[in-house]
Amino acid sequence: MSLTEEELTMQITGDSSGTDSLDDVAEDVVEQSVIAPDLKRLSRQTGEGSQELRPLQEIVIAGGPWPELEGDGQTMIINMGPQHPSTHGVLRMMMELDGETVVRAKPVIGYLHTGMEKTGEELTYVQGATNVTRMDYVSPLSNELVFATAVEQLLDVEVPERAIWMRMMLVELNRISSHLLFQATNGMDMGAVNMMLYGWREREEVLRVLEIITGLRMNHNFIRPGGLAADLPDGWQEAVLGVCEQVEAGIADYDKLLTENPIWQSRTVGVGVITTEQCMALSITGPILRSTGFPWDLRKTQPYLAYDQVDFDVIYTDNGDCYDRYRIRLFEVLESVKIVRQCVAKMPGGDYRVQDKKITPPPRARIDESMEALIHHFKLFTEGFRVPPGETYARIESPRGEIGCYLVSDGTGKPVRMHVRGPSFYNLQAISPMMEGRMVADAVAIISTCDPIMGEVDR
Amino acid sequence: MGMEQVGHNFMTGQLEDVVQWARRRSMWPAAFGLACCAIEMMAAGGAHYDLGRYGMEVFRASPRQADLMIVAGRVSQKMAPVLRQVYDQMVEPKWVISMGVCASSGGMFNNYAIVQGVDQIVPVDVYIPGCPPGPETLMHGILNLHEMVRTGEIMKRRSANNGGAGIEIANVLPTDSAPTPVTISIADHSSSTLAV
Amino acid sequence: MTEAAFAYTTPTDALVAKFAGSVAIESHGQSVVHVEKSSLADVVEYLRVSEEFTMCLDVTAVDHLQDVERAQIPGIKRERFEVVVNLISHPRNIRIRLITQVPESDPSVPTLTSSFSGTSFPEREVYDMFGITFDGHPDLTRILMPDEWVGHPLRKDDAPARVPVTFKGDPGPR
Repeated sequence: MSLTEEELTMQITGDSSGTDSLDDVAEDVVEQSVIAPDLKRLSRQTGEGSQELRPLQEIVIAGGPWPELEGDGQTMIINMGPQHPSTHGVLRMMMELDGETVVRAKPVIGYLHTGMEKTGEELTYVQGATNVTRMDYVSPLSNELVFATAVEQLLDVEVPERAIWMRMMLVELNRISSHLLFQATNGMDMGAVNMMLYGWREREEVLRVLEIITGLRMNHNFIRPGGLAADLPDGWQEAVLGVCEQVEAGIADYDKLLTENPIWQSRTVGVGVITTEQCMALSITGPILRSTGFPWDLRKTQPYLAYDQVDFDVIYTDNGDCYDRYRIRLFEVLESVKIVRQCVAKMPGGDYRVQDKKITPPPRARIDESMEALIHHFKLFTEGFRVPPGETYARIESPRGEIGCYLVSDGTGKPVRMHVRGPSFYNLQAISPMMEGRMVADAVAIISTCDPIMGEVDR
Repeated sequence: MGMEQVGHNFMTGQLEDVVQWARRRSMWPAAFGLACCAIEMMAAGGAHYDLGRYGMEVFRASPRQADLMIVAGRVSQKMAPVLRQVYDQMVEPKWVISMGVCASSGGMFNNYAIVQGVDQIVPVDVYIPGCPPGPETLMHGILNLHEMVRTGEIMKRRSANNGGAGIEIANVLPTDSAPTPVTISIADHSSSTLAV
Repeated sequence: MTEAAFAYTTPTDALVAKFAGSVAIESHGQSVVHVEKSSLADVVEYLRVSEEFTMCLDVTAVDHLQDVERAQIPGIKRERFEVVVNLISHPRNIRIRLITQVPESDPSVPTLTSSFSGTSFPEREVYDMFGITFDGHPDLTRILMPDEWVGHPLRKDDAPARVPVTFKGDPGPR
């Protein structure tokens, strides 16, 4: 569907059905603000003075007759992680439990902090894609695309048509593989262990096509500033269309297996509910925002690459629970398949990278013939190219939400600051409101449905 | 089992073979997937590359039930004590595979945040290069480990084998509340010390 | 909200008119407004309430200690650090970026958590990486580095971006 301005404004104000959170918000804030963010309730969660959760009540054990437990009794603080069987990386959750109910939950991160932003200041712009690609390691081409877009904005170059369409096709293939991984890990976390095998079966096919095109299964380093590293190989159309059919068959299988399954529904319907107001206050984008009834997808609202020339729908639902997010990601795979098919049909000819000798290395064969080509190659791969001073913020829609790259340059060959706005870092703030009041057994479901990738959380 | 101390004759030789067969044919890995290599480790456990043919598809969540720790991914400063704690919780005999270049040597991230090689913290038996190593490379490393278990080479004392990084760790447990820097010295090699 | 509610044509004009010391520029097609450090929280609250900026996307910082070349902006005194805030308005489908200069001698900025609770994590990250404190933040502790880490790694004069590679049997530092 194409969104008009009316449709965009429809869901912002006052839709507080299904949650009692707005009762806590101060009245004057509600009157003044366009959106009533859930301030007090959220600030209560970050009210600790340190990393550790302290118990809210003090217990004195005196050795004599044990004190009578009144009401609900004491709460217990438990720690989940950073090494735990839920396959979402090194996330540590500290939860305060009252029986089985979670009273407070706090995510502790930093266990995968790699200093990638510091390394980004040390590598040249040509090498930068190798660094950025390892942040969101499940959809590496999205990271590379946002970094390359930021560099191209600073350089003020336009990439050729073919490069744009190739990038779009690769990023959509990556979206498919990322959502398949979500289906696999989400299923396994909830106990449907066979989903791990099914999801990986289709994902292997997509990775095989990506290997045919880019040369690697993961961390491709293929989308570089100025275009792409290489052209599409012969026979790519059959490979890509073949994988589209396999993925569609796989998605139909998952749908048959899980969507009407009463066990699946009782584990996900109504679990981990979040509202649009909470998403707006907590900087949450991506499928989580779309599950609350707000159809915001950067590919439609602020199109980049050639998304305004292909036909696809934005998937969104109304309830904001885990079941909705599972279904959104399921159907987004089908939309991505639609886009990939259109890319195959409409792929233009031409160059796959900008023909600017100062940015793009020469073809390898020319290095034997031309001294100038040799010198350019040498300079580009040792020093890199220089970027005029400036700052810019490039953003695309990754499978997890809005990924942005804030790049500041000072005229040399290395950035002053390369900051990546990884969506999972902000989406993790959704876990606390989703978990409060739920049972501890839902904790894994809620973490899984936020689909955090710790590589881009901690960078 | 303490078969290593018993002198071998033809009867204990047969028993030793059975023990090694059992150890390598059902070596259960502990789930220690950290970053991108974890995705390839999960792919190796998937249907296409199937670690189940070696009896290894069950990734045990509890380190007490695991034999093998595959350190898959980059180990940050905050994660290093957790890694050591999980390794200590595993029961002998235990093996460590360092999967990927980040775990083996710090990889492309030689900066303040990443431990430059997980062998600074735990003794490693097999190093697997790659960024990330494909599932076939991981399986090659695992089969190497199985071979080392089969020949009994891995049970010999490390110094006799001239294996490992040869690192001795002193002053690991600080007695007071303020954390003291851990001194790591390299034994039998140069006299330089790395203060961590 | 109807367009008639806005007396100014663009939010940048409104900001420059309402908040003294603000300078609006355009950077590669994106609106950027340089604001005073003391008015940062008020500017963000104004944008949220009156200009329909519904989400704060990102709060980050830059250290310009070793810049080879740095653009001069008339009316703005350049300091060592900059704090950068990116905002988006979903109903109006526009974005804006706010940049404020933060001197090394007084690295503190008012917090934005009272306007957007989701700035809690990024402000902690800026504190952890740069040492810039956010006054009024409910839980300003380290988020990425271990709690007992000393220093602020993303500062240019702090942790080195490349540590020397060590080898067993290495004769000395390379």
